[in-house]
Amino acid sequence: MKLARLSLTDFRSYAHVELALDSGVSVLVGPNGQGKTNLVEAIWYVATLSSHRVATEAPLIRTGASRAVVRTVVDREGRDMLVELELVPGGSNRARVNRAPLPRPREVLGLLRTVLFAPEDIALVKGDPAERRRFLDELLVARAPRLAGVRSDYDRVLRQRSALLRSAGSLARGARGGQRGRTSGGAERGELPTLDVWDAHLARAGAELLAARLELVEALRPLVAKAYDAVSAGAGDARLDYRSSAAAAAQPLPGDRAGLTQLLLNAMEAARPAELERGVSLVGPHRDELVLSLGTLPARGYASHGEAWSFALALRLAAYDLLSADDSTSAAGTPVLLLDDVFAELDTGRRERLATLVAPAEQVLVTAAVAADVPEQLRGARYAVAAGSVRRTG
Amino acid sequence: MYEGVVQDLIDELGRLPGVGPKGAQRIAFYLLAADPTDVRRLADVLVLVKDKVRFCATCGNVAEEEHCRICRDPRRDPAVLCVVEEPKDVVAIERTREYRGRYHVLGGAISPIDGIGPDDLRVRELMTRLADGAVRELILATDPNLEGEATATYLARLVKPMGLRVTRLASGLPVGGDLEYADEVTLGRAFEGRRLLDA
Repeated sequence: MKLARLSLTDFRSYAHVELALDSGVSVLVGPNGQGKTNLVEAIWYVATLSSHRVATEAPLIRTGASRAVVRTVVDREGRDMLVELELVPGGSNRARVNRAPLPRPREVLGLLRTVLFAPEDIALVKGDPAERRRFLDELLVARAPRLAGVRSDYDRVLRQRSALLRSAGSLARGARGGQRGRTSGGAERGELPTLDVWDAHLARAGAELLAARLELVEALRPLVAKAYDAVSAGAGDARLDYRSSAAAAAQPLPGDRAGLTQLLLNAMEAARPAELERGVSLVGPHRDELVLSLGTLPARGYASHGEAWSFALALRLAAYDLLSADDSTSAAGTPVLLLDDVFAELDTGRRERLATLVAPAEQVLVTAAVAADVPEQLRGARYAVAAGSVRRTG
Repeated sequence: MYEGVVQDLIDELGRLPGVGPKGAQRIAFYLLAADPTDVRRLADVLVLVKDKVRFCATCGNVAEEEHCRICRDPRRDPAVLCVVEEPKDVVAIERTREYRGRYHVLGGAISPIDGIGPDDLRVRELMTRLADGAVRELILATDPNLEGEATATYLARLVKPMGLRVTRLASGLPVGGDLEYADEVTLGRAFEGRRLLDA
């Protein structure tokens, strides 16, 4: 897969920019604040319909403009595909493929596949569990766009259930305060049967998401170990483990959806008093953790800065390997690699080894503030980015 | 901003569902230019609808008398009861001319985010209607979205001890459509709900 053209209108700092790209390595060089990451962000947006930097779309539109347009030509096995996205803040976004409008912009997912390395990746290792869950879920959706629907269903059930827990919890506390020892308050009679219903829906949607994540972690495990070995030059043993909030740490998880549904239901039953007390959902994929460890120690907290970077790179490289190896029906070639300003964060050894690992990819886009940060192995087309314009220099 | 009453009209219209500020402005200026008798008629109907229309004491559908047309109709099968969220769902099902039973309008769906629980819906009335045992089949026709499904599950569990036949409307492919245009969720549901073909 290759990104042949990128054209932006009123996106971030760009009034208008056109960029033609070749296979192999392209290096975008320019001082900070000139718009290198904005280009990467636009490409990432076409692949995922989200930004890797902000949660809302408003910042993606150039100040003063009413809408932004991202237009890309994706070359899939020699066939050009024109993907156009129109971002309308506060309105509905529109998507067109080869000039034909899509009924739902979500159908764009999967047309362009990318793997992005960014300075923020260090948070995959050192940050909150939410960062690692997001890593898993983004990869899930890249592999099977259908799971974007599963994910949003789960989020909706979760919001409804948490709203119910908040109101039921406060009612139950009120009833206990009012009539000591009696548990026949309105919360018990009116709210708990509906809580059972939301439990059932949460367990079903949660089991589907959980099953997909477990399968993904299994597939990633050997790839991460291999990539860590390569990046760190054999300096350690990197492991991935999925810890479910519904099971004790050492308890093996069931292999099928029915078993996972039951596991979630049982865990919710056990957690119910605490959930009512606190008014939050304490069990489910939204509370799970992807545990990263080096040897026997958890990476979060124990890993040095360099080790943490190696681990973050290993996760991204494993994602790249996994997407490249996926079935041929949905994918057309390997994903496009985006390396946004990562070399500045790495020491010389890691730089060289990462460059050697990514150099053979079909297409690699690298951004750097200083050309000298980019290792020798990544020679290719050069572009200068300055003040909202991009110019090819070599 | 317009002067006085024109702006008031735009504000009031803008509060209606499905009407944005631009649409409200357009309707307001249409009304200003329209024939006074037409506008008077609209105003009369608006007042009348609040005065005259009430909700059927049995099923909760809109009615002009104590009971709605469907509940008064003796030809309707009292053994089958179809539960829907809104009166407009009754109209939609009536258009099929397939269903000869009666209805029960809940007035919404369970949605804790909006603070709507079973007590805010006409669930107690439903249980009262089912108590005499005349109804033998309960068709749950709430919307096929998260809140509708949750409401259906809740009702199914609630009436389970009564031992009546509880059914849920099927989800699946639209008639006359193409398989390739169906989204994954709908197609997945259609697979789940596939049935044996008698040949």
